[in-house]
Amino acid sequence: MADDINRISLDGELTIYHAADLKTRVLEALRKARVLEIDLSGVTELDTAGLQVLMLAKQTAAAEQRELRLLQHSPAVVEIFEMLDLGAFFGDAVLIHA
Amino acid sequence: MNLDDALQTFIAESRELLEEMENALLNVDLAGDQGEAINAIFRAAHTIKGSAGLFSLDHIVAFTHVVESLLDKVRDGSVTLNDEMVVLLLSCCDYLSGMMNGLAAGQHEQDPDTAPEGEMLQQQLRRHMDGEAAPAAVPVLHAVAEPSVERIDAERGDSDYWHISLRFGRVVLQNGMDPIAFLRYLAKLGRIVGIATVPDALPPADEMDAELCYLGFEIAFDSTADREAIAGVFEFVQEDCEIRIIPPHSKVSEYVALIRALPEQRARLGEILVRCGSVTQQELDGALQQQSHKEEDVPQQQLGSILVGAGNVPPVVVEAALAKQKQVSEQKAQESRSIRVDSDKLDKLIDLVGELIIAGARANMIGQHIQNSELLECTSTLTGLVEDVRDAALELRMVKIGATFNRFQRVVHDVARELGKDIGLIVDGEDSELDKTVVEKIGDPLMHLVRNAMDHGIEPAEVRVAAGKPAKGMIKLNAFHESGSIVIEVCDDGGGLRKEKILAKAVERGLVDPERKLSDSEIYNLIFEAGFSTAEKITNLSGRGVGMDVVKRNIQALRGSVDVGSKEGQGTTVTVRLPLTLAIIDGFLVQVGSSVFVIPLDMIEECIEYATEPGQDYTNLRGQVLPLVRLRELFRVGGAATRRESIVVLKFGNQRAGLVVDTLLGEFQTVIKPLSPIFSEVKCISGSTILGSGEVALILDVAALMNTVGGKGAVALAA
Repeated sequence: MADDINRISLDGELTIYHAADLKTRVLEALRKARVLEIDLSGVTELDTAGLQVLMLAKQTAAAEQRELRLLQHSPAVVEIFEMLDLGAFFGDAVLIHA
Repeated sequence: MNLDDALQTFIAESRELLEEMENALLNVDLAGDQGEAINAIFRAAHTIKGSAGLFSLDHIVAFTHVVESLLDKVRDGSVTLNDEMVVLLLSCCDYLSGMMNGLAAGQHEQDPDTAPEGEMLQQQLRRHMDGEAAPAAVPVLHAVAEPSVERIDAERGDSDYWHISLRFGRVVLQNGMDPIAFLRYLAKLGRIVGIATVPDALPPADEMDAELCYLGFEIAFDSTADREAIAGVFEFVQEDCEIRIIPPHSKVSEYVALIRALPEQRARLGEILVRCGSVTQQELDGALQQQSHKEEDVPQQQLGSILVGAGNVPPVVVEAALAKQKQVSEQKAQESRSIRVDSDKLDKLIDLVGELIIAGARANMIGQHIQNSELLECTSTLTGLVEDVRDAALELRMVKIGATFNRFQRVVHDVARELGKDIGLIVDGEDSELDKTVVEKIGDPLMHLVRNAMDHGIEPAEVRVAAGKPAKGMIKLNAFHESGSIVIEVCDDGGGLRKEKILAKAVERGLVDPERKLSDSEIYNLIFEAGFSTAEKITNLSGRGVGMDVVKRNIQALRGSVDVGSKEGQGTTVTVRLPLTLAIIDGFLVQVGSSVFVIPLDMIEECIEYATEPGQDYTNLRGQVLPLVRLRELFRVGGAATRRESIVVLKFGNQRAGLVVDTLLGEFQTVIKPLSPIFSEVKCISGSTILGSGEVALILDVAALMNTVGGKGAVALAA
């Protein structure tokens, strides 16, 4: 498997309404390369369903010896991650928004 | 539904529940299986509260709520049940009983007279709830309690925070709820100090449905809000969500219990709890280690899977807990198999069965009279069926004496405390059944006997030890069936009765002639005479000379008898003998002159041909002297004796006597009709019955008959 990096960006609402699509999209992207980078800068809202998909992706990545990197966390994402203390779970550098 | 009826049901039910609660409370320190007992107590309080709410009995709801809250804490292990608390809860039981009595008397509001007492109890309950009960002087009684949690209970966690454990149901998202929103709302009540998101329930990617919720949270929460407010946050999801809330300063064991209750790997949970700061690593390690130590004498492999880093709980503990739960639910299922019937309806049924028997007897007689064999066959089948119906109907009224006996646990507990003696109660034969009326009426006399045994029978601990007996005195209640009666024994292992003292006292009181020679048994039975008490010290329990005679009278009113036996230095046994039922008996008809008498069949040993030397009042029954009672003389029945008289040999307790009658008429089902009050002073007759012919027959009171021969030296069987 090539040490390539796939990169997608998610934007808008990562919520229950799009959770099923989101899951398919993220998992597909994840399996395309060894490393998936997700740009979260455009995320305006994150709910439990959306968060779950991200966590699923992280776990799946770990299980399949892939790597998931979340980048450019938007304020909405940061808020949730901080509230739920998920920084360590995802292990990404979170940009502190001023 | 008529609300009044419902209220009566509520009162009856609550009384039962309170009784259960009391028993459970008393058994906590005895049996040691705390979990079940506490559950029973909690259930009782909870049910009363719930039902009281239906009737808007706010004062009961308010009070039981506090009781329930404390019990809840006991149940989840954050408060340890101790002796002091048992006493307090018993007082609460009493207080609630008081309220129930008030309610039964039509008082639907808080009684202002008892309100201060209620307040005080509530305050004490709250004090225990805060865990500030002074533990210093209180011996912790549950040393034998379930080995899993108790010892770590003593250790209080340092955590100042609430711990909230959430496992959201799969469908919450589909229901339009967002767990994160709840957490946001929770954050308004206080500060989320630490949180761990638990994704362990997430299935593999392909099986995961993005619209289901798989997440759980463990939260350490700093807030001044109370449990209800916190639980209220999750009100909308509580049905499909597992919520566990542990208050601040809870014992480490609670967290261990939480770990045990949650579905995730325990090792993970240990870590998670530590991570969100609700419990420190040391606390958890310490707690679990202690637990392991304690169970070292239990098979080794139970300790095999100790939590990595954080420790683990032996699976056996969980299994035990599960087994216990199952037991409780099975027990509950059994309880619901019985129905509640108004006792008046039962009485009516018994009455009808009584009439049926009389009518049946009449039909039978007519059949014999006209000598129609078909009719006779038919009536004999009918008689058999009626007999079965009678037995079944009587059985309905039979209750086990166990419930009555169990009440004495409390009495012994309280009185022992009051007297400052260490006294235990052994109960035996709880399964013996007897008529409900008898059970109800025997309570008071038994109470007196038990109190008496505790007060006068059991010596103070020093005296006991000096006499080489165990310091703890024992009262034993025993019940068994014997020849148609139920026998209840109240035994103590105390000092026994002192013959000389009793005799001296009786002579002093003029109860017996000093010249008379009395047998031991006669002397002992003097204690049942009115105005008799040998206790030097009058306590508020007994010793005022009223009591034992009342006991005897009450028991006699039930067609029973009471007897006392004693061995100096070893204890006293009071034996109460009661008929099983008050309504219908199997009788044996005998005739003297033109009068027909009924003898309870159970009292009859055998019938023999009359043979004795003229003028003697006894006969030789296989080498033993058998005193005779001549019914003809006793009741002054006119006419000369028939040529062939018979002797009916009666046995009552350990006495035998022969009854001389003209003719033996055979067995007869006897419906007891009480005699009118005018005849209440008539001795040797306990009631009447109606024969098939419509004639009245008198039922002989065997106990009284025995007394008439007693003075003439009735033979006691080898005692």
